[in-house]
Amino acid sequence: MRELICICCPRGCRLTVDDDLNVTGNFCPRGVAYGKSEVTNPTRVVTSTVRIEGSDLAMCPVKTSEPIKKGNIFKCMEEINKIHLVAPVHIGDVIIHNVCGEEGIDVIATRNMEKL
Amino acid sequence: MKDVIIIGAGAVGAFIARSLSRYEVDALIIEKEYDVGDVTSMANSAIAHSGYDPVPGTKKAIFNVKGNRMMDQVCDELDVSFDKCGTLTIALYDEQLPMLEALKKRADENGVPSEILTKEQVIAIEPNISKEVKGALLCPTGGNINPFTLTAHAVENALDNGLNITFGEEVVAIEKIDGGFKVTTNKNTYETKVVINAAGLHSDDIARMIEPIDWSVKARKGEYYVLNHFGKGFVKHVLFPLPSEKGKGILVTQTTSGNYLVGPSSEWVDDKEDFSTDTLTLADVRRQATDMVPNIPFYEQIRVYAGLRATPSTHDFIIEPSKSYKDFINVAGIESPGLVSSPAIGEYVVEELVKAVLPLKEKASWNPRIKPYIKVADLSFDEKNELIKKNPHYGKIVCGCEKVTLGEIEDAMSRSLPVNSIKALKKRTRAGFGKCQGGFCQPNVLNLIAKNKGISPLEVKYDGEGSEIVILEVKKEAK
Amino acid sequence: MREVELAIIGGGSAGLSAAVSAYDAGVRDIVILEKGPFLGGILNQCIHNGFGLTEFKEELTGPEFAARFIAQAKERNIEYHLNSAVSSLTKDKVLSYMNPEEGAVQIKAKAVVMAAGCYERSAGAIAIPGDRPAGILTAGQAQKFLNEQGYMVGKRVFILGSGDIGLIMARRMTLEGAKVLGVAELCAWSNGLNRNMVQCLYDYDIPLYLSHTVSRCEGKGRLERVIISEVDERKQPIPGTEKVFDCDTLVLSIGLLPNNDLLNNLGIPQGRSRGSEVNEKFETSIPGIFSAGNVLHVHDLVDNVVEEARVAGKAAAEYILGTSEEVENDITVVPGNMIGYVVPAKVSSKGDDKVSVKFRVREPSKNVYIVYELNGKQIKKVFKPVIIPSEMEIQALPKSLFNGESGTLTVSLIKKEEVK
Repeated sequence: MRELICICCPRGCRLTVDDDLNVTGNFCPRGVAYGKSEVTNPTRVVTSTVRIEGSDLAMCPVKTSEPIKKGNIFKCMEEINKIHLVAPVHIGDVIIHNVCGEEGIDVIATRNMEKL
Repeated sequence: MKDVIIIGAGAVGAFIARSLSRYEVDALIIEKEYDVGDVTSMANSAIAHSGYDPVPGTKKAIFNVKGNRMMDQVCDELDVSFDKCGTLTIALYDEQLPMLEALKKRADENGVPSEILTKEQVIAIEPNISKEVKGALLCPTGGNINPFTLTAHAVENALDNGLNITFGEEVVAIEKIDGGFKVTTNKNTYETKVVINAAGLHSDDIARMIEPIDWSVKARKGEYYVLNHFGKGFVKHVLFPLPSEKGKGILVTQTTSGNYLVGPSSEWVDDKEDFSTDTLTLADVRRQATDMVPNIPFYEQIRVYAGLRATPSTHDFIIEPSKSYKDFINVAGIESPGLVSSPAIGEYVVEELVKAVLPLKEKASWNPRIKPYIKVADLSFDEKNELIKKNPHYGKIVCGCEKVTLGEIEDAMSRSLPVNSIKALKKRTRAGFGKCQGGFCQPNVLNLIAKNKGISPLEVKYDGEGSEIVILEVKKEAK
Repeated sequence: MREVELAIIGGGSAGLSAAVSAYDAGVRDIVILEKGPFLGGILNQCIHNGFGLTEFKEELTGPEFAARFIAQAKERNIEYHLNSAVSSLTKDKVLSYMNPEEGAVQIKAKAVVMAAGCYERSAGAIAIPGDRPAGILTAGQAQKFLNEQGYMVGKRVFILGSGDIGLIMARRMTLEGAKVLGVAELCAWSNGLNRNMVQCLYDYDIPLYLSHTVSRCEGKGRLERVIISEVDERKQPIPGTEKVFDCDTLVLSIGLLPNNDLLNNLGIPQGRSRGSEVNEKFETSIPGIFSAGNVLHVHDLVDNVVEEARVAGKAAAEYILGTSEEVENDITVVPGNMIGYVVPAKVSSKGDDKVSVKFRVREPSKNVYIVYELNGKQIKKVFKPVIIPSEMEIQALPKSLFNGESGTLTVSLIKKEEVK
C-alpha cells in the first residue's frame, strides 16, 4: 500500500493505492489514473545542463524528450555529466540518443546557444 | 628595518597612513582582514558628528571638532561623499528640555555652532517626526558621510604616495629590539623603528604585547536596519533622540547613498568577533525609532547589520606613546565620534607623536588627491555619452539596483588599493548594496573579480578567510 | 530626442508578449529595452519544465518557452536593445537608458509598458538572526551560478522558504550531488505548487518543516550551521524547539517583490502586491503608462504573465492609435476578508465585456466562497473546494453584474458555513 499526494491539481488529494491498484482518497477520476501510474511505473522528465564551449555561457540546458523511469534519474545524470558540446547548439538538438537505454527517449538541448 | 608599521587599516590607521605619506618614510600597514575599513569603520552610523556632545576638554571633543572642520577639504581631496545636512538632537518629553540647554552650552564650549529649535520649528523642517516632539538642538555642521570610501580612499591616497599595505596578516607578537621593534605576524616577521597600534577592537591586545597596560577596549555591539533608498528627504537631518528612560541613541538618517539607516542598539559583548544580530534587539531598535519617527516604512528594509564599537575603559580616546617606549604609539579606544575624528587623529599622531621619535622629511611630490572616481549615474546626459564613447564599459550596468557600470568596477579594481573580495568591491562601488543585495549581480561580479585577479571563481571570497561563494565546479569530467 | 510609439521596459516574457501583442494590434514603432545580455529574462535560467501548459498546450522548459516568444518578436522585426537598463522614466514618458554601443540615450514614447519583472527578497529583508557569513543566498542566485556558469554554491544545503524556486533548487542541487538537508517554511502550509512538493522534495526524501523558521545562522567565513525553530501563531520562534543542521549553505526562497522603482518614483500609487495600481487595461494612474507581469504582481505561472502582458500590449496599442474609448474607472477594487491583494485596482462599470480579477488568498482554505460585493451588495459568489495562496486566482466578472453602478468592489473569502 502506498500513500501519495496527487499532483493533477492544486487540491493535492492524499491518495492511497493498495496492492491491487485500488485508489482511494481521490476527489476526481484523474486521481485514479495518477495513483495507478505513480505506483506501477513512475516517470519523470529530467532537466539538467551540459558543458558547452564557444558560447556566451559555460552551460547549455537540456532535458529528456519524454519522462524516463524514476529509477533511472541518477543514471541519466551520469550520462549527461559526461557530455561536452561545442557551440552552436539549438533547441531540440539531440545530445544523447536513447538515454539510459530507454528506447526513443533522447536528451535534447533546450536553449539556442550561438557561437561567439 | 622599516621606519613605521601601522597595525590596522580602519579609519584611524588609514588617516595616520595618509598623514605619514607626506614624508619620505618606508612604512607598511598591516591589516588582518582582506580589506581596509572592514570592521568598526565599516559597520557604524556613518555620521560626521559636529562635536556638540563630547565633554569639553576631552580628546573626543578636541579631535571631533577638529576632524569635522577638516572634513570638507578631506572629502574633496579624497572624493568622499559628505552630506552636511545638520543633526537634530530631539527632545520627545518635557523633562528633556533642560538637557537641550545643557547640550547647547556644551556645544558653545566646544566651539560648535548650534541652535535650539521649538516644536513648531522642528515639525516644519522634519514633517515625518513624531508630533510629540518638544524641541531639538540643531547642529548644522554635522551630517552623513560615506564610511567605506572615507577609509578606502585615505588608504588609496597613502598607497599612491608610496606607502605599502598587506592583507590577511595578523600580528601575533611584538618584541623590543635594538633601535625599534620586531613585529611577527602569522605570515612574516618585520623590523621597524616605530609601531603605531591602530588595531581597533584589538588595540589593547596589541598594546599588551610589549607591556602591561591599565586600560582595555571592550566591544559594544550596535545593531542597525538599512532601508532602500525609497525617496529623498523622508528625514532631512540626522535625527538623534535625547537619552530617556525608554531608550538611548537610536538615530534615523538618510545615508550619502540615499538609504535610510535606523539604529544602533548598545550591548556589551565578550566576543570581539561577534557581529551577529538578534530579533529582540532589532525589535527594540525599531520600537525606539518609531517613537521618534512613527511612519518609518520598514517594509523597505533590505539589510540588518551589527557593528562593534571599540569602547575604551578610560571613557576617552587613547592617543599616546606606550608607557615604556615613545616609539610605540597607541591609538586605541576610538569609538564614536571616531570616524569624523580620524583625519585630525591621523594628523596629530604623525605631527606630534611620530615626529618626536623619527625625523620626517617632506616629500616633494606628495599629492593630497586621489584620481576621482567616476559615478556614471551622477553624470549629465552629455557627460555620459562622452565617457561611453571613450570607454563603452561605462555604458554597461552591472548592478541595476545601484546603477553601477562595468567601467566603474574596472576602475575600482585598477587602483593602488586592491579589491580582494566581493565585499570590498561593494564598499568601493556600491555594486550589490541595493534592494536585491547582489541577487542579480553577484554571479557577474564574482566573475569580474576572478578575471581581474587571474584566479578561479572558486577562489573568490565574499569577505575574509573561508568565505568563498561557489565551492564546486560541476561536470568537470566533461571539461 | 528620438520619438517612438511604444517603449517596453524589460525583454522577458511579459515585455516580449506585450510587444508582440501591440505589434499585432497595429503598432510598428516599438522598442524593447532589456537590462540583461539576452532576451527572455529570468526564464533562461529556469531550466526545469512545467512552462507553457496553457499558452502552448505542452510542457516546456523556461529557455524553450522564452525562445518561442523571442522568435515571435524577431519574426515581427521588433526593435530591441540588450544591456540597456532604463535608469529613469518621466511622467511625459521620456526614458533614459544606456548601453555600450549607443551610449546614453533618451527616447520619448507615446506609451510605455512596464515589464521589468521582480526580484527575490534577500536575507537582509527578513533579518535572519545570527551571523552573516558567505553561503546565505537566494535560490535565483544559486540557480544562475549552477545553470549558467556551472558552479555549485554548496555541498550541504538547507533551504528556507517553500517557494517554487526553492523547491526546484532543492532538486537541482540534489541531482548535481549536493545533500539537501531540509526545507523550513514559516507558514503552516507549503508555498510551492503540489507538483513541486512531490517531484522536488518527496522524490528525494527531503524533509519539509512547516511552521518552522531559521532562528539563527552561525559561521565566520562561511556558513557552518543553521538552527531552526518551530514558530507560534505569531510566527515567533518557540524556545526549546531548536534543531541544528550542519550545512555550508542556506538557500532562500522567501518571496518575490515587483521591481517597480521606476513607476514608484513617479508617485504612481502602489497596491498591496507592491506593484502599481492599474485599471482593467493595466494602465496606471498616468495615461499611457501600463504595467504587466511580475512587476505588477508576482505570478506563479508564466502562462498568466504572457496573457496579462498581451492585454496590456493591446491596450497600449489602442492608446497609441487613438482607438481606445475614454472610460471612467469608477469602481475601486479592494481586497476584503482573507484576500492578500487584488489586481486591477480600478475598473469601469460601463461596457458589455468581462473584467478579469486576479487575487491571492492569505491562507489555504477548503470549502469556501469567494464573494464579490459592489458597495456592500453581493453580485457574485463562487464556491472553491480548495484555495491556496501559492496559486493566483483569476475570476472573469461580466460587467453586466455591475448594473452601471460605480463604487467599491470588495473581494472576500467566506467560509461555507458562514454563508447565509
